[in-house]
Amino acid sequence: MSAKVEELIKEEHPMERLLRMDRIPHIWCPTCGLGTTVTALSTALEQLQLDLNNVAVVSGIGCTGRVAGYMKLDSFHTTHGRAVPFALGLHIARPELKTIVFSGDGDLISIGGNHFIHTARRNVDMTIICVNNFIYAMTGGQVAPTTPLTAKAATTPYGNWEHPFNLPLLAASSGAVYVARWTALHVRRLTAAIKEAISKRGFSFVEVIAPCSTLYARINKLGTGLDLMKFYHDNSVIRHGADLNDVDIDFQSKIVVGKFVDIEKPTYIDCLNEGGKRAFGDKYKPYGGGNGNN
Amino acid sequence: MKADPNNVLTGAHYLDGNHACAEGAIAAGCKFFAGYPITPSTEIAERVSRRFPLIGGVFIQMEDELASMNAILGASWGGVRSMSCTSGPGFSLMMENFGLGLMLETPCVLVNVQRGGPSTGLPTLPGQADMMQARWGSHGDYEVIALAPDSPQESFELAVHAFNLSETYRMPVLIMTDECVGHMTEKVVIPPAEEIELVEIRYSSKKPGEAWPFEATEDLISPMLEVGKGHKFHVTGLTHDERGYPVINAEAQAKNVNRLVDKVNKHAEEIIWLQEKDVEGADVVVMSYGISSRVVQPAIMKATKEGIKVGQIKMVTVWPFPEKRVAELAEKVKSLVMVEMNLGQVFLEMDRCAKGKCETYLVGHAGGTVHNPEDIYNTIKEAAK
Ligand SMILES: Cc1ncc(C[n+]2csc(CCOP(=O)(O)OP(=O)(O)O)c2C)c(N)n1
Ligand code: SF4
Ligand SMILES: [Mg+2]
Repeated sequence: MSAKVEELIKEEHPMERLLRMDRIPHIWCPTCGLGTTVTALSTALEQLQLDLNNVAVVSGIGCTGRVAGYMKLDSFHTTHGRAVPFALGLHIARPELKTIVFSGDGDLISIGGNHFIHTARRNVDMTIICVNNFIYAMTGGQVAPTTPLTAKAATTPYGNWEHPFNLPLLAASSGAVYVARWTALHVRRLTAAIKEAISKRGFSFVEVIAPCSTLYARINKLGTGLDLMKFYHDNSVIRHGADLNDVDIDFQSKIVVGKFVDIEKPTYIDCLNEGGKRAFGDKYKPYGGGNGNN
Repeated sequence: MKADPNNVLTGAHYLDGNHACAEGAIAAGCKFFAGYPITPSTEIAERVSRRFPLIGGVFIQMEDELASMNAILGASWGGVRSMSCTSGPGFSLMMENFGLGLMLETPCVLVNVQRGGPSTGLPTLPGQADMMQARWGSHGDYEVIALAPDSPQESFELAVHAFNLSETYRMPVLIMTDECVGHMTEKVVIPPAEEIELVEIRYSSKKPGEAWPFEATEDLISPMLEVGKGHKFHVTGLTHDERGYPVINAEAQAKNVNRLVDKVNKHAEEIIWLQEKDVEGADVVVMSYGISSRVVQPAIMKATKEGIKVGQIKMVTVWPFPEKRVAELAEKVKSLVMVEMNLGQVFLEMDRCAKGKCETYLVGHAGGTVHNPEDIYNTIKEAAK
């Protein structure tokens, strides 16, 4: 082996500061869209130059749910669908932390759908990164509430006949103040969106269209994960501020991507303090966290 | 640590059990409450929502009980004493994530003001039929701590005690009260703050990089890690090692689960709290908990007057079950009687621990009202034969 290669091997992994290297190799399949998405989050955190002690990641259950376990941050791997309310409690206790929920479409929108809409409604200051692979991957590729019409899944062997959710529309109409969608191959734009979302005060939502190479791609005969990743990228149309009624996703067709919503609105804690002041006037001390920061 | 005087409503009050329970939690320093309305527990949430704004607490009415349970776990990891309350159907919805709390070893307090079940059952009437659900309602093997107050005064005191236990053993603690206690109004004396002793959770003093969330310790209680301090720790509901990292095999499972179970069992003698009366030399010992331990009084008095030697054990803690004490007594007495508002739940534990060394009797019914003292009296008479 030449000295040069050894030097390379000794070199620190570029994401070492952000990944639990003691847990690598990870469990994800080759060419799964999760890899680039985690890279986008890591790069976003690096570029934001945040104090990483003050960033927490919460995940639910699923392939995507494993992200919490690989990020070198205070990280919580909770139960299926419950990352958002867990994150809500953590955020209210420690509003000074940046709370990021990183989870799958099934986790956040199916079993956790009620929490998703209510936390958006309250405009709780957290960032949701939802990896939409159109399927329940972890459990073997069953249909999800995001599976496009006619797509096959382990439990829709004849093709899906249910209407899927349009996630940006759902997020925006529930009250999210930041909504963006990119594919896993739009690494630079996705990173920028995650940076904006984390910096945004309030409930911010980033949907990432990502290939599941092992299940969705295989069941639907869409080639390798890489083929599918390229397909999503090449078939996406950037339309910032698009009418969200027009961003539904059909099976293997155009995907509208971009930044759809970026508005200002008082957060849950702003409103809590406003309510306190309204009721008690000067007797009310603004809430700044359960850590004695008020 | 003493309670913060800002939180403590020192003085004599006229309160129902639910309001008293809320005051106990507030006195114990609870600053986060997430809940979903359900009869007959709602007064706890309502009182907390009234009291919190001026003492720096946050009350949030969640979208459901699944969210409530998770929110209190999240807040607890944020370093804030957290609580929820519910009844019947809501308790069922909380079970999965009560298990998450046990697995993540997260201190918090959950109150179940029991009503008649199953299903929607008797929303406004009492029951004690969630006792086995409290013990086994989440999936998997584990041990729990459950307290049962018999009055508004005790609802206050046990709320404080529940927080202390949860911080001591780093786990969720259950208060299994019932509609009668929750809605009965009595005098409640709240002591001065300096007389309320609070346990503070033990945080790891180790440096980031050296501390793990489930570090092995001799007493099996791992010091908690604080968020935002650079530990960059990981916790998961998956079976995990000391580092909190998932390990999916039988050895890790044995280590993880046995530690959770042993943590309670090895401290059972410290946790178990029984109030015994006239037990020495008794022929019949009546065991009960919560409201039923008050309802047994007239029956015991009547039987005693008639010359029957009756002792009483009020179980302030129901879980962990006082196995040793019951086994000891079974060797000495003629009969053990369990009085509870269900068709025989904690009775089964009493019967199991008696190992056939004495007779065991159940005075139970399906709930909706407290016992008729006459039924208890008749059983005591039968048990003394
Ligand atoms: C209460 C509960 N129900 C079901 C499951 C099984 N389960 C685990 S992951 C999952 C779906 C995950 O899908 P998604 O959130 O889209 O994540 P992906 O694996 O696709 O990244 C399901 C149904 C569970 N863990 N808990
Ligand atoms: S099953 Fe699919 S989503 Fe899960 S790791 Fe493999 S490719 Fe990724
Ligand atoms: Mg999915």
